[in-house]
Amino acid sequence: MGIIKALKLGFDYFKYDDDGNIQETQRAVDEVSVDIQEGEFVAVLGHNGSGKSTFAKHINALLLPTEGTIWIDNMDTMKEPELWKIRQKAGMVFQNPDNQIIGTVVEEDVGFGPENMGIPTEDIWKRVDESLQKTGMAAYRHHSPNKLSGGQKQRVAIAGVMAMRPRCIVLDEPTAMLDPNGRKEVLEAVHQLNRQEKVTVVLITHYMEEVIDADHVYVMDEGHVVMEGTPGEIFSQVDMLKKYRLDVPQVTLLAHELKKSGVDIPDGILTTEELVNCLCQ
Amino acid sequence: MIRDITIGQYYPADSPLHKLDPRTKLMGTLVFIISVFLFNTIPGYAVATVFLAAVIKISKVPVKFIFKGLKAIFIILIITMVFNVFLTPGEVLWSFGFLKATREGISLAGKMAIRLIYLVIGSSLMTLTTTPNQLTDGLERGLRPLNKIHVPVHEIAMMMSIALRFIPILLEETDKIMKAQIARGADFENGNLVQKVKNMVPLLVPLFISAFRRANDLAMAMEARCYHGGDQRTQMKPLHYEKRDHVTYMILALYLAVAIGFRVAGI
Amino acid sequence: MSIELKNITYTYSPGTAYEIHALKDINLEIPDGQFIGVIGHTGSGKSTLIQHLNALIRPTSGSVLYNGEDVWEEKYDRRKLRSQVGLVFQYPEHQLFESDVLSDVCFGPMNQGMSREEAEAEAKKALLQVGFKEKNFSKSPFELSGGQKKRVAIAGVLAMNPKILILDEPTAGLDPKGRDEILDQISELHKARGITIILVSHSMEDVAKYVERLIVVNRGQIAFDDTPREVFSHYQELEAMGLAAPQITYIMHALKQKGLKVDPNATTVEEARDDILRALKEAGSPLLKGGNEK
Repeated sequence: MGIIKALKLGFDYFKYDDDGNIQETQRAVDEVSVDIQEGEFVAVLGHNGSGKSTFAKHINALLLPTEGTIWIDNMDTMKEPELWKIRQKAGMVFQNPDNQIIGTVVEEDVGFGPENMGIPTEDIWKRVDESLQKTGMAAYRHHSPNKLSGGQKQRVAIAGVMAMRPRCIVLDEPTAMLDPNGRKEVLEAVHQLNRQEKVTVVLITHYMEEVIDADHVYVMDEGHVVMEGTPGEIFSQVDMLKKYRLDVPQVTLLAHELKKSGVDIPDGILTTEELVNCLCQ
Repeated sequence: MIRDITIGQYYPADSPLHKLDPRTKLMGTLVFIISVFLFNTIPGYAVATVFLAAVIKISKVPVKFIFKGLKAIFIILIITMVFNVFLTPGEVLWSFGFLKATREGISLAGKMAIRLIYLVIGSSLMTLTTTPNQLTDGLERGLRPLNKIHVPVHEIAMMMSIALRFIPILLEETDKIMKAQIARGADFENGNLVQKVKNMVPLLVPLFISAFRRANDLAMAMEARCYHGGDQRTQMKPLHYEKRDHVTYMILALYLAVAIGFRVAGI
Repeated sequence: MSIELKNITYTYSPGTAYEIHALKDINLEIPDGQFIGVIGHTGSGKSTLIQHLNALIRPTSGSVLYNGEDVWEEKYDRRKLRSQVGLVFQYPEHQLFESDVLSDVCFGPMNQGMSREEAEAEAKKALLQVGFKEKNFSKSPFELSGGQKKRVAIAGVLAMNPKILILDEPTAGLDPKGRDEILDQISELHKARGITIILVSHSMEDVAKYVERLIVVNRGQIAFDDTPREVFSHYQELEAMGLAAPQITYIMHALKQKGLKVDPNATTVEEARDDILRALKEAGSPLLKGGNEK
């Protein structure tokens, strides 16, 4: 059993009328079963409203399943009396960099999680130093978060999660509000944490370029997991992806178009080098 | 305009005043304010001035920066002085119709002006040398006894520090919303009061919605980081008094004694 | 009919320690009917630049001419200018405030002095033109999805019948399909109304596909102002500015380096495909054998 395991997970959003009665239910996640191994880099793809964020919030026990079960490090989120044990195991980074930083100084924000966990003061400092180093934000420790760029703010948020020493980190569209440079910066930081610290990463996104280096990809649509596999396997199905309102990197699209026009090249080309090597043998 | 207000702004520097415990600084500000009202004579104000000048010197905050904060209270200052000069009964020095400037009025206006200016300088010195978070911590610790009568001190302090963090964000957002609506022909400048208030709707609705959204997001982010109130919470920067704080308290006691002495002796 | 920027300089907080030269000596002419892209990284000055076009920002020095008239003349009607030069900001949440979509879109036209009936007619026209369905007109704008909100925001400006429409990152936060839909709609709009479109974007790929003229802003100055093809041929300089050419540009350059005789200036996937096919055919590549040739 992996670090994150979901079995037939289902979640309904309720819409209440003025008297507080349930007016409408909307199934946001349906029959989702995943098994994510420790140390993996997993990407969850899906268009807006596909249920991917709702699923992500289950990993952190911010939402509890309507149906089915999810275990984080063998703890059932429904049965765990101390939810913050789970939240400490699975840290979460959200989309809007401004709305998740609590401290008025970078280092104080990074210390917020450990403070809540009741870590002794000395250890908090150790953890803060460490996670600022790991995310490359040590030089900004005395800055006000308001003065940082979007990418730097997200790295502070990641440092804040890392200071809680989680086993896995869930990033819910961390780059959606960033410019291309910020996006690159955040992704590099996440990959480095995955490689060097062996932290399990669950990256929720709709940018295809961010998925190329993942170990495993899930594609969600209307609350279901509709595709899963390695990035190569996923991207070889260009037409399917288009059906799910997603697209593929330009290289993959070009390779796909060339193949359709009769050029003999393999499916699922992901990088410029691959394509160039195929075409210029 | 908003940039001119230095009250509540932090000026980063490495000075003994910056290093003091926020509780000491809160107490110091309180003592200074009391002293300004105790002193009543020119020698008294001289003592207060020397004290204030010494503290400014120690703080390493540029004097220019401190005086900038006075711009914000300039109008209030003028109004207070005019009222005092003309409305205090006493020996008339100069009159213009029903307006009579009195000797007592001028002296009272002078005192009021000094008190007001010192009050602002004194309290902005505290905020200039103390980060908002330290200030909040200081208040939280200082008010802890109130916990016994069920005042949610931790929660109040947390709200204060979050407010401090979000004020600049919301100001910037207000600016953006205004621009977006001006681009759609909104007019925030002309018209009478009723119209002006009505014209604010396109600004206030998006601002409120955004603020609520931010509050919602932030609450979730705090929960995700294991926030569960003040119980069992440790602190990254716990407050504890150092030797310099004890020394400061002694100086403050001495200064207060002088102020009381001056008052009693009528100097 | 055109906008002209002459020697525009803009400085934030002049005379203080925080002084920043956001724009330096910008000269720019925007004639009627063009589809223009503006690109630059965050902080390059591109947002400041576009806010000069509808007089939201007053330049520190230099002049902004609309149809030959200086918009910062004392008697110039800048509110009227803003209805001629429409600007849609990045976040629709910053402008939506009414309880239903139709009323919200009416806000602009009614500020221009139209009656509610006239405004509604313009609003309906604009909403339909951005692909917003009539059955949703009475919905609350706050219940809509991101893509729909964006449409309402664009319609809110479009209903004022601008001659020039400036869109600040209209695709931010949208998923790929939503992004394509909005950009296609904008392109349609350009054709249907014949108005000038200025598209501010981070995405080279988007810009390459749609615009005819591309302005690159860097450090408060205009670094390039040319067709996308021409601009992307300077991809190394773009990189030095923290920007990147579309992935296609890199592929084509790499192919050329490896000896395949392709045109390195292709900017879209379609152009690249056709060009590679041509080059492979010319080279008699074995990859083409057995394929169902076109």
